[in-house]
Amino acid sequence: MRVLFKTDYNQDIKFAKHSGYVFWYGLLLAGVFLAPMALDTYWINELTRVLIYALAGLGLMVVTGFTGQVSLGHAAFMAIGAYTHAFLLTQGVPFFVSLPIAALTSGVVGLLIAIPASRMTGLYLTIASLAFAIVVEDVVIHWEGVTGGNRGMAVDPPMLFGYEIFEAWEYYYIVLVLLIMSIILVLNVLRSPLGRSMLAVRDSEISAESLGIRVAHTKVLAFLISAALTGLAGGLFAHFIQFLSPETFGILLSIQLLLMIVVGGLGTVHGAIYGAVLIGFLEATISIMKDWLPPAIGNQPGLEPGLFGVILVLFIIFEPEGVYGRWLKFRTFLENFPFYRRNTFKRQRSYLKTERMR
Amino acid sequence: MSFFEIENLSLSFGGVKAVDGVNFAMEKGEVFTIVGPNGAGKSTIFNMISSFYAPDEGHIRFKGEDITEARADAIARIGIARTFQNIELFEHSTLLQNLLIGREIHNRVPVLRQLIFDPGVRRAELEHRRKVEDVIDFLELAHYRDERIANLPYGVRKKIELGRALCVEPELLLLDEPASGLNPEETEDMGFWIDDIKNDLGISVLMIEHDMSLVNEVSDRVLALNNGCVIAEGSAQEVQNHPDVVAAYLGGAA
Repeated sequence: MRVLFKTDYNQDIKFAKHSGYVFWYGLLLAGVFLAPMALDTYWINELTRVLIYALAGLGLMVVTGFTGQVSLGHAAFMAIGAYTHAFLLTQGVPFFVSLPIAALTSGVVGLLIAIPASRMTGLYLTIASLAFAIVVEDVVIHWEGVTGGNRGMAVDPPMLFGYEIFEAWEYYYIVLVLLIMSIILVLNVLRSPLGRSMLAVRDSEISAESLGIRVAHTKVLAFLISAALTGLAGGLFAHFIQFLSPETFGILLSIQLLLMIVVGGLGTVHGAIYGAVLIGFLEATISIMKDWLPPAIGNQPGLEPGLFGVILVLFIIFEPEGVYGRWLKFRTFLENFPFYRRNTFKRQRSYLKTERMR
Repeated sequence: MSFFEIENLSLSFGGVKAVDGVNFAMEKGEVFTIVGPNGAGKSTIFNMISSFYAPDEGHIRFKGEDITEARADAIARIGIARTFQNIELFEHSTLLQNLLIGREIHNRVPVLRQLIFDPGVRRAELEHRRKVEDVIDFLELAHYRDERIANLPYGVRKKIELGRALCVEPELLLLDEPASGLNPEETEDMGFWIDDIKNDLGISVLMIEHDMSLVNEVSDRVLALNNGCVIAEGSAQEVQNHPDVVAAYLGGAA
């Protein structure tokens, strides 16, 4: 068991709280940077998909996990990012200019949506975000001059300084670096006043207000950051799937994003990443399993969404804190072995009005 | 002009007059206590001061300024912090984070710089942390610094909520039943702290409390309410012996 001696306030601000962080996250970084050398194109592509999902999930985590506003419309921000990016590329805007503009566009739309939406709470906000996603899908279908409507829109491979990115591993590194930068940005938010305001708004709006936190303002900023990150993921996704069509960014994608962060663990950056890994590889596993299973089961339509649903239900019943929460419990067990007490993580529910991690 | 003044304050919920023409004034450096049976309108007055409710009539003045119409998130900036009767802490955060949230009104760093977390942000954070540590020392909370609120017992939470309000560095502190749910020993401690808050930190305290031992110990003046109306005002002894107060609590032929 590790006992931390704190001798400096900076220790609570630093990302690496102790040498264990440096070692394990260093190992993880080395792993993800070296992975393309050991893997074939298929698996590099699968890994890239996971990273893009993680980025989109990270965006949703800001608004749902940290600020407590459940959004069922985040696929729309991915769509805005993807189409803006793809359109700008056709106009000859370079990759690294177009991508930030796409993220920013998505962020600004998020901000405009949030200004009225921040007056709503709970279920009403969720419904509003759902309605917003449907509107965006319709706009994509009807704005044929820009989006190609139902015919869809082909996306060329990215051009970097006159060099075309064809190889899967090259694109993998672009996505990886952007994801790492986004994670650092979100961690910065979490350790500064804005992040704390978000957590405050999530846990008790009334007491946040009494401490001088501008609740609506905080929600709007959360939506801005969230939509920008998810829009960035959308822009990257455009190259990944190479062909955009309206149904790609439907309600199912929104649900999948929400599923990801719930299964991963609401309210933590780890949760977004774990969720993406789990859901991303689940898709791959299911498609491999289909060959093994008897055709009567393997060829059932709706196998994938069905399995997703079952997983979500099981997590909500047995482990509301997600994979990351389960891991924390397991780690505590290891650290304290053999003194772990079964009830360490039992809450003193008598004092809780409700479980308010929405 | 008084430090804090409530003038003819009234609020009805439907047909119920929760607060009916209440007047009182308190001076800087005072501990002013409101007592009264359940439903007398005490917490409603607090919620009007916090701008969670808008009064139907009347004015609230702080240092001569009319704050009746101020937004709820402006009250802390004006210099008034509060605690809640049923503890409204941020359950999923640690004690340290809760107290740091109390520093919100002293945050001057723009959001864009927070995203980058430049050295200036770090300096500001360290400054907040030092202030928070002063409060942790003051309330003897060091032992729980990194605990999540959800894992802490009720008495400690009560102290943390007081600490969070102190981190705002207010001039006026509203305490809604600071001793409810505390055992006699904890109540006695609470009394010492309220004294220290008044004498050492120079913060005026407006308090709602039922525990008469605490009221007697710390209050400079006491106001008794019943059914939304003021029935007595004066020292703790005077109010307790007032016939209307006795009648309000015990019933009777008064």
